[in-house]
Amino acid sequence: MCQSNPTSVIETFHVSSDLSTETMNTATPLLALHKARKSFGQVVALDDGHIELVSGEVHALVGENGAGKSTLVKILAGVHTHDSGTFEVSGAAVKFRSVAESKARGISVIYQEPTLFPDLTVAENLFIGRQPKGTAGLISQSSMRSQARGLFEQLGVHVDPSRLAEGLSIADQQIIEIAKAISLDAQVLVMDEPTAALSGSEVERLFSVVKSLQSKGVAILFISHRFDEVFAISDRITVMRDGSYIGTWKTAETDEQAIVKEMVGRDISTLFPKEDAAKGDVVLDVRHLTRVGVFNDISFHVSEGEIVGLAGLVGSGRTEVARAVFGVDVYDSGTVTVSGSDLKGGDPMAAIRLGIGFVPEDRRKQGLVLELPVGRNIALTLRKFLARVGLISHTKERGVAKDWGDQLQVKAGSLEAGVATLSGGNQQKVVLAKWLSTNPKLLIVDEPTRGIDVGTKAEVHRRLSDLAKSGVAVLMISSELPEVMGMSDRIYVMNEGEIRAEIPRDKATPENVMAAATSRVKVAG
Amino acid sequence: MSSLWNRFSRVRELPVAVAFVTLVAITATLNPRFLLPQSIKDLLLNATIIAILAAGQAMVIISRNVDLSVGSILGIAGFATGALFASFPTIPIPLVFLIGIGIGAALGAFNGLLVVTAGVPALVITLGTLYVFRGINNAWAGGTEHFSGDRPKEFSNLSVDTVFGLPIITLLAFVVIAAMAVYLAKFRSGRDFYAIGSDPEAAKLFGIPVARRVLTAFVINGALAGLAGVLYASRFSSVGARTGTGLELDVVAAVVVGGVAIFGGSGTVIGAAIGAFLLTTITSALTALRVDKFWQQAVVGGLIISAIVIDRISTLRNARRLRLEQARGTTAVSAAGEGL
Repeated sequence: MCQSNPTSVIETFHVSSDLSTETMNTATPLLALHKARKSFGQVVALDDGHIELVSGEVHALVGENGAGKSTLVKILAGVHTHDSGTFEVSGAAVKFRSVAESKARGISVIYQEPTLFPDLTVAENLFIGRQPKGTAGLISQSSMRSQARGLFEQLGVHVDPSRLAEGLSIADQQIIEIAKAISLDAQVLVMDEPTAALSGSEVERLFSVVKSLQSKGVAILFISHRFDEVFAISDRITVMRDGSYIGTWKTAETDEQAIVKEMVGRDISTLFPKEDAAKGDVVLDVRHLTRVGVFNDISFHVSEGEIVGLAGLVGSGRTEVARAVFGVDVYDSGTVTVSGSDLKGGDPMAAIRLGIGFVPEDRRKQGLVLELPVGRNIALTLRKFLARVGLISHTKERGVAKDWGDQLQVKAGSLEAGVATLSGGNQQKVVLAKWLSTNPKLLIVDEPTRGIDVGTKAEVHRRLSDLAKSGVAVLMISSELPEVMGMSDRIYVMNEGEIRAEIPRDKATPENVMAAATSRVKVAG
Repeated sequence: MSSLWNRFSRVRELPVAVAFVTLVAITATLNPRFLLPQSIKDLLLNATIIAILAAGQAMVIISRNVDLSVGSILGIAGFATGALFASFPTIPIPLVFLIGIGIGAALGAFNGLLVVTAGVPALVITLGTLYVFRGINNAWAGGTEHFSGDRPKEFSNLSVDTVFGLPIITLLAFVVIAAMAVYLAKFRSGRDFYAIGSDPEAAKLFGIPVARRVLTAFVINGALAGLAGVLYASRFSSVGARTGTGLELDVVAAVVVGGVAIFGGSGTVIGAAIGAFLLTTITSALTALRVDKFWQQAVVGGLIISAIVIDRISTLRNARRLRLEQARGTTAVSAAGEGL
């Protein structure tokens, strides 16, 4: 797999590390992406993508959720094709139109959740489509197994090649993906948040594998939110923010504070701030809620008139907690109390009866019935109340729908228009209207403004603020720091399924929220 | 105990094989005439056609598709066989086989192309072609039926003569099943079907030619349905407009009972074939035990449901085990699991 010989790799690396990043272009990078732009319709996912990888380096890429890291990775992987900008591999310009083209150029990408075939054996997952053949041109199971074993030995890990991939831990699946990359002679290995789901010992194992690849001249792009790991393993760090390249620093010459500052550095004053409202009784009281392997010992409360932010990075367990509270998922232990009454897990109807509304993260899949018109969607939660002898009165239904549609200024041709035809912002208003019409005591909103335009965003924020003022308790999950900081009276920060900090509004800064969101231990608020 | 159970439920064709052996043993104990040579021969003959169809259907289902039109394809090929012998009494028998298989392959290709290009689930496409192909057969046959009297003695004897006690068409079915089993287990392209059924999107990312493989599955399945149609004409006295009606459900049932996952990705042709033998034998066995006809069907239904429930339970148990193991921070590398 080593086309470049190890000594020259080390030399190249020394040369590069002796130069500042600005003058690095003396050594041809293995991979260079400059001014890359990618948009999907109106949405610009990547505005100024920039990355340079040299042989034998571990290069960390950091940024908030939505900074454009994933889009950049997908361009490298050949999943997306960049609209403009330059992309060079070993000095030759490329424009990948398929994953196969990227692979052929020696780029392997390992995603946070690898996609193996669960019904096939580990060995077969490694060699699917290129299984070694034995007698009479038939696949030789034994040589496939021994080749797989050889790859695992090279990596210093033990995975049984003949077991099914189903039930493998994420860590083992990643090791299999790395083994596959090696067998494909990958020169560039991109790892998208590889450690997010790993335990401490698994991370150590992964890092020793990464270091052995590095010594063989492979360039590794390492995307992570864990700063301790970024600083432990990377040679250089590139920061992205809002779809654009911010800068690249040598790891040895910077520190965590400086990097966090670059990641969050943006103006948050333009957002609608929450108005102060009188706090009333505790509405939602969650104690020691645990779902084994998903979240652990979660305790928090939300009072009348309060907006409580549940911050954290994607995958930190925020949504899972909200789903368990609302009863969509079950939990293993702990208690949920709503205004003094116990709420048993796994029963959303009971949650609704106690006055909880839940605006889910994925409004198209979970928040709306896309095939139904606007009016029916708004009135969906009210079917019981609108019904007389089990039949729904359409006049009443339309009345309620019109009422709430007007209040929230849903811009639709008519209540009969299909919800699928509305813009994202208006769809979100329909979901909000649907729950507000039930007069909830507690409204849980998960990423309430994801993917909607700035104007509507401010409207949603004002609506949430008004709600709190009228005495509703609001639990808001958000990945956007400005939103969390502008809207929340208190912020709980989650990471790895646990609450890491509780920070009151006046103490919250982008830096301390981000620090808690990437911390592996509980920090004082 | 639990790990033994896990192992047992992993070898997907094992439960059906055990069920088959148990069934034969119990029935033979209660009614010794069940195992007379003539009874065995009848059992094999009854299962032959379903077993061939199940072998092809297994391949289609493994790739996360389904072909409901096989009964209609069998009908057209069967009637074509009768018509060929009626019109050309001296036509060579191998040529009839080739034509029957060719008709089946062409109809299968039609199914496959629709599935691959339209992006509509195979369930819907082949439900449509089930009626289209049956309609063609109706239009062609009308009220005509071709009887075995029109066909050469040697052709009908394929279902009568035995080699080592096995009817010739049954031997033929065994050869087909063995060839399919080797292809799916031992060839790169054969293994692709499992990858596609396991995760079609990942298969695309791996560079597996998903469309070409799915088309192949439908063509081979159609060809086998065509072959089954020719054999049907040999085995039964008449072929007409309604030949093969309703067979598709028996075939899908055999495949599912035989341990092929209905959503693809796992199972074997051998398992599906055993499923075919189990389903046909159970009917004969219950008759031999003088069980009411209604209860016979209920037993078959119960078998299908228990096959799916066993599959579902083992999936859920695995998922839960994985979640708990990960929570404990242990990896599952040491857990037992035999593949192929």
